[in-house]
Amino acid sequence: MISFIIKRLLQSMLVMLTVAFISFGLFRFVGDPVSNMAGQDTSIEDRQELRKSLGLDDPVYIQFFNFTINAAQGKFGQSYMLREPVRELMAKRFPATLELALVSSVIAMLLGVPMGVYTAIRRNTLLSKAFMTISLMGVSLPTFLIGILLILLFGVTLRWLPTFGRGDVVQLGWWSTGLLTASGLKAIIMPAITLGIFQMTLIMRLVRAEMMEILRTDYIKFGRARGLSNRSLYFRHALKNTLIPVITITGLQIGSIIAFALITESVFQWPGMGLLFIQAVGNADVPIMAAYLVLIAFIFVVINLIVDVLYVIVDPRLRASSEGD
Amino acid sequence: MSQLQIENLTVEFPSRKGDFIAVQDFSIELQAGEILGVVGESGAGKSTVGNAVIGLLQKPGHMIGGTISLDGERIDDLDEEIMRAIRGKRIGMIFQDPLTSLNPIETIANQLIETIVLHLKLSKADARKKAVDLLDQVGIPDPSVRIDQYPHQFSGGMRQRVVIALALCADPEVIIADEPTTALDVSVQAQILDLMRGLCRERNVGMILITHDMGVIAEVTDRVAVMYRGKLVEIGETAQVLGSPKHDYTKSLISAVPRPDKRINRFPLVTYIEDVGERKEVDIANHWLGQTQDYADFDGPLLKLTDLSMRFITKHSIFPSKRIYLDAVKKVNFDIKSGEVFGIVGESGSGKSTIARMVTGIYKPTGGKIEFAGADLTAMTTAKEINPWRRQMQMVFQDPFSSLNGRMRVEDIIAEPIQFHKQVSTNAECYAIVHDLLDIVGLGKVAARKFPHEFSGGQRQRISIARALATRPRFLVCDEPTSALDVSIQAQVLNLLKDLQEEMGLTMMFISHDLPVIRQMCDRVAVMRNGEICEIAETEDLFNNPKHEYSQHLLSLMPKFFMDKN
Repeated sequence: MISFIIKRLLQSMLVMLTVAFISFGLFRFVGDPVSNMAGQDTSIEDRQELRKSLGLDDPVYIQFFNFTINAAQGKFGQSYMLREPVRELMAKRFPATLELALVSSVIAMLLGVPMGVYTAIRRNTLLSKAFMTISLMGVSLPTFLIGILLILLFGVTLRWLPTFGRGDVVQLGWWSTGLLTASGLKAIIMPAITLGIFQMTLIMRLVRAEMMEILRTDYIKFGRARGLSNRSLYFRHALKNTLIPVITITGLQIGSIIAFALITESVFQWPGMGLLFIQAVGNADVPIMAAYLVLIAFIFVVINLIVDVLYVIVDPRLRASSEGD
Repeated sequence: MSQLQIENLTVEFPSRKGDFIAVQDFSIELQAGEILGVVGESGAGKSTVGNAVIGLLQKPGHMIGGTISLDGERIDDLDEEIMRAIRGKRIGMIFQDPLTSLNPIETIANQLIETIVLHLKLSKADARKKAVDLLDQVGIPDPSVRIDQYPHQFSGGMRQRVVIALALCADPEVIIADEPTTALDVSVQAQILDLMRGLCRERNVGMILITHDMGVIAEVTDRVAVMYRGKLVEIGETAQVLGSPKHDYTKSLISAVPRPDKRINRFPLVTYIEDVGERKEVDIANHWLGQTQDYADFDGPLLKLTDLSMRFITKHSIFPSKRIYLDAVKKVNFDIKSGEVFGIVGESGSGKSTIARMVTGIYKPTGGKIEFAGADLTAMTTAKEINPWRRQMQMVFQDPFSSLNGRMRVEDIIAEPIQFHKQVSTNAECYAIVHDLLDIVGLGKVAARKFPHEFSGGQRQRISIARALATRPRFLVCDEPTSALDVSIQAQVLNLLKDLQEEMGLTMMFISHDLPVIRQMCDRVAVMRNGEICEIAETEDLFNNPKHEYSQHLLSLMPKFFMDKN
């Protein structure tokens, strides 16, 4: 187990170094940072000075080394457009995105898994068919459309929920949370549903397909022949086996929810990283883009590591091969 | 009074093409402590009978007539809830494949205790004690330790013992065993059959043993029921049915079983069963298949293996000292002469398939030399160098279902090797050859445009053989070519292989775990165990006078019903 984790960690470091190199490349090849930072009337001397203070005169490998060291500490320099340290900007925005992602994942799983199990067990009921139709819509409708429809219905027509922003937030150290205030909770409902609906349908369809596969296996048949109750067969024997592939997909989905929340964040003007990133792209704000890239890669790597460890915990067959005897 | 009584059972499977009657008017009675065999070929409906008894017919199948009674009470019309209480408690069931019958992510203890608590209403601690006892009774060493392990930590035979323990854990009155030993090696099979027979006698439990294997029937059953196309054709004392069968089907079925006691020229054909068209004989001198005897004649052995070894890494580690290896084949030496049929026999894991895979180039050996017609194949590195030799050796695989690409038409499957080796210049010529090959294996040209799923197992194996012949090989490797087939189909396919071998002068390496088949097919035999060759002998010598201890042991496990008869 330990050697397995060490191996995975080494691989993760390699991935992170590669990503760092790419985001470092952004600085060198996407425009000239000095002309981005300096105004029209900055003198040539001042520009030279700025260039030196930013370390742009050093050889490339030194620059990359410095970049990596800084990146590891979360230092990505100053944002060109907002003139603030990127780390602080990110720290301000990150909680919003993470809360949104987690709430929508929880919604997706809490609804998706039971719906998947239900549609697998009672394949021909009306409710099952309704679930399948909804899931088809969930997969095929684009996120922004669902968001806009929700806004139209609950925000504009019914006026139940706020249409933009996070509502009131509470500071817990550097972390700002919207989950502790009524307006914050109200504000997260629509964005979370919008973001989670695709994941929910994906999980539901995956659970359904896996569950149907497992219910056909010999050990379920043998369980039936031993007189085990349906409850035990479905929820003890089948569901646990079903969850093995579901864990992988769900894990990766949480990663992409965080990474690609930007559409939902734009629609609801959610003050998260995605929104920051979109604005950064518009202004060629390289430090923010680089930091975003590295952070997202880091989140993916961490989630993958967790998924791999969970795998080993759930499936005893993997335990044997990774532990040896 | 009989324990289990099935009267006029009729089961129907509705389908788009009309209703299919899987079992028709089937009646048997099972006495306490009796072992009743139900034998038949695939599709005969024997598993359906077992499933009907326990009330778990595969949907949309359902009973349309007849009754099933347990101790005089009717059980086929019970509510699902009441029936569930009977399953496992009063009727136990054992399935074929021990590798898939257990939940892979629960410990043996959990699975046993759950069932015991459910049926016997014991406390968890008592249930555990009983579970350990049961494992001990079914012959699992160290039961109190092994009970906390997961299924994958047990071997196939041990898993089947666990399955038996699970089926017995609520002390059922009747056991239904559906092909309980088909997936196991002969020596393990003998142990499991012994165990099952012992348990039945000891507990006075009646057992219905469903199998396609005449040897198993002869070994353990008291009475046997023969099924054909859903109907009971014959029932009686085992010795009487096997010794002097009344019904024609039973006669032909028994005659198709390869005889272990003497070599006969051909298998008697079972006229009763699936008909394959007349095959065309090959006159090798004027035939396309003969034209290409373009290879130089070679005097020495066609295939010569010198110290051939294969080592797999079973546990990887960056430290060489911590790696764990499995030596699947250890320094094996043998020659195969031109025109000879050379058999390799052994149990699973003995390394016989690994040799086949090394010879045909699927695995690269870790040591030793393979010489084919004097050329050292192990020394060749480029495909260009080796392909002309590969063309001369072809392989027929075990599983007819996974060895053909289901998305290709039969004619394209057979044409592929011809096109790959660029043996003919035009497509028309190529497909003419393909159609000819289909005639030769007895399928006929009509098969050409079909897809593999439209054929039965035996027909697919014929397609595999046609594909192997397409490159005009002189050496054919057959890896358990008939072990997935019914006996009657096996007899046909083996006859075909024999005919082809004689007509075309093929050299064959024939791998099997089935000694009677080896006896009928091979000129010389190598007996393998744990990657080593125990003995190489002329077939008749081996069967009449085995030298090695392990050969003697294997021979002693052969089904005996033919010997008894004579």
